Amino acid sequence: MSTDNVTFTSADAPEADSYAGSYETTEGRIYTVSGGDWDSVLPAAEGEHDRIVVNMGPQHPSTHGVLRLILEIDGETVTEARAGIGYLHTGIEKNMEFRSWVQGVTFVTRMDYLTPMFNETAYCLAVEKALGITDQIPERANVIRVMMMELNRISSHLVALATGGMELGALTAMEFGFRERELVLDIFEMVTGLRMNSAYVRPGGVSQDLPADGAQKIRETIPLLRKRLKDTADLLVDNSIWMGRTVGVGYLDLAGCMALGITGPCLRSTGLPHDLRKSQPYCGYENYEFDVITKTTADVYGRFLIRIEEMEQSLRIVEQALDRLAPGPVMVEDKKIAWPAQLSIGSDGQGNSLEHIKEIMSESMEALIHHFKLVTEGFRVPAGQVYAAVESPKGELGCHIVSDGGTRPYRVHFRDPSFTNLQSMAAMCEGSMISDVIAAVASIDPVMGGVDR
Amino acid sequence: MSEPTASVVPQGVEQLDIIGVRHGAFGATGAGDTSGFGGLVEPIVLPGPAHRPFGGWFDEVSDELELALRAHGLPAGEVIEKVVIHRDEITYHVGREHLVPFATLLRDEPGLRFEMCLGVDGVHYPGEAGRELHAIYHFLSITHNRRVRVEVAVPDGDAVIPSLVAVYPTCDWHERETWDFFGIVFEGHPALTRIMMPDDWPGHPQRKDYPLGGIPVEFKGGTIPPPDQRRSYH
Repeated sequence: MSTDNVTFTSADAPEADSYAGSYETTEGRIYTVSGGDWDSVLPAAEGEHDRIVVNMGPQHPSTHGVLRLILEIDGETVTEARAGIGYLHTGIEKNMEFRSWVQGVTFVTRMDYLTPMFNETAYCLAVEKALGITDQIPERANVIRVMMMELNRISSHLVALATGGMELGALTAMEFGFRERELVLDIFEMVTGLRMNSAYVRPGGVSQDLPADGAQKIRETIPLLRKRLKDTADLLVDNSIWMGRTVGVGYLDLAGCMALGITGPCLRSTGLPHDLRKSQPYCGYENYEFDVITKTTADVYGRFLIRIEEMEQSLRIVEQALDRLAPGPVMVEDKKIAWPAQLSIGSDGQGNSLEHIKEIMSESMEALIHHFKLVTEGFRVPAGQVYAAVESPKGELGCHIVSDGGTRPYRVHFRDPSFTNLQSMAAMCEGSMISDVIAAVASIDPVMGGVDR
Repeated sequence: MSEPTASVVPQGVEQLDIIGVRHGAFGATGAGDTSGFGGLVEPIVLPGPAHRPFGGWFDEVSDELELALRAHGLPAGEVIEKVVIHRDEITYHVGREHLVPFATLLRDEPGLRFEMCLGVDGVHYPGEAGRELHAIYHFLSITHNRRVRVEVAVPDGDAVIPSLVAVYPTCDWHERETWDFFGIVFEGHPALTRIMMPDDWPGHPQRKDYPLGGIPVEFKGGTIPPPDQRRSYH
């Protein structure tokens, strides 16, 4: 590009400039800048515009995936902020209408990919409620669900801290966060066969029992996790640089949270101890001792502290769950709902256990028919609609299902906390610096897989 | 789904909420049903209206609602079309013209205090003539630790519902999503634009008459049709 460009007036700004095309509109000349040539554009626009709209994202390292922030800026100050979403919409809700109730689990686990256990549990609780079998879920299945959810809460909060730290320049926090998360994912792999997207929680229970040494291995991981979580906390809590970037930033008070439907750490950072695990317990949460963490600062630092302390509480719950783990079935007794197979890991990967294959292939024809019908046709859910909600690391994750009495959902809708919480971005950011936008969005902890579904 | 006929409604049952009739055993047609189940006829019936006493705190909330509605000069019997209780959850079916005052009462009355709206989503019942599109709102009261659901039904040809954004600002994105996926217009919404689909997308993807889409999966020596064209059970 020639240096002549800097002398162009707006009237004859070059149409051919591949980095900064411009065109006339009813509101004046609009420049679309896509390259690093602000020097040539700003003088051209001098004295004519004082309104600059910046698209941050959808491909920006600090937007948590494909989030597009549309910021109107005045110098370094954000005067208006809007979020553009939908870049990761995959039609999960629509797809589920064309699969059986059990197959739905494999879809929902992929929504908010950092909290697969919560997605699965919310969906399964809703299906179980619609079936009317909530009371029949075996104790062991509930304990395993609680344990897996709390481990998942730790891994999700760790990613929130890791990516949030990275976005504010604390790269060590990112390395610590992802390293510790790996400990949790190792447990997931051991129990479910997969690190993510595990489709482990099923309507009626969980897909398979813990491996023989599973509980022992989880118990052994806890002290290491506790020590390393403390390292992460020591790194950032009361760290003056970290506090300089987060204290008083992204402020949203209780009234704002209520109006905008904000739940999770953002709501608890205003001092309201609202936690569905306490107020509307599910999966037997009423049997566990833990504290609901609140702060009163209503800012990014408060939310950060809440996440740090919630991980500690989650470890407490996991320990209690391990103590409560008594031998027993992990699926409902009703053979019309319970998946017939016991899965096991063989030399060629995960599949039906050899005992089960032996039974259906050479011993019981009825068992084979039953297995076939349940897998291909699935069970029927009585007509009607239900709503079930769990406290995910991000807030209230609600699942609304409508059944027409068939073998497939008539409609499934997820009230994903990331989707609702992201609406508060404008309220948190307008009037602040651009750099504070990053901190505020990180403290909401949106995951676009959940936002867009 | 075809129109329900009188013959499928059991004698002596009032006000069945029939949304369609199933024929045969399989969802997809044309795949050659040799099972002998082709003659099956089965109505699809949603849970019917409940009558007093509802039990538990449902009566308390309903009393409170009726009192509040009356105090605001709204006849409760007219505002609340019916109450459905299913699986320990209460649903108020409300006429669209009464939705905004109804939601305002839910939020403001001390005895109700549903501070939080958990958003709105749509359901499409093409078989329900004159009530094809339903918008369903979930409310949570943190004060009283209760949940209620409000359902508004509108005809496909006139799918307009007043917006709740002024009462519950959280409905902003939820209403945009419902417009995007179902084509329900929320009158009074500050900027009702598509939110998930691209701005120039034709149609509303989660309606039942909108195909799922997809292409056949081809294997050596075999082809699997896309999910919405495979033979399936109802």
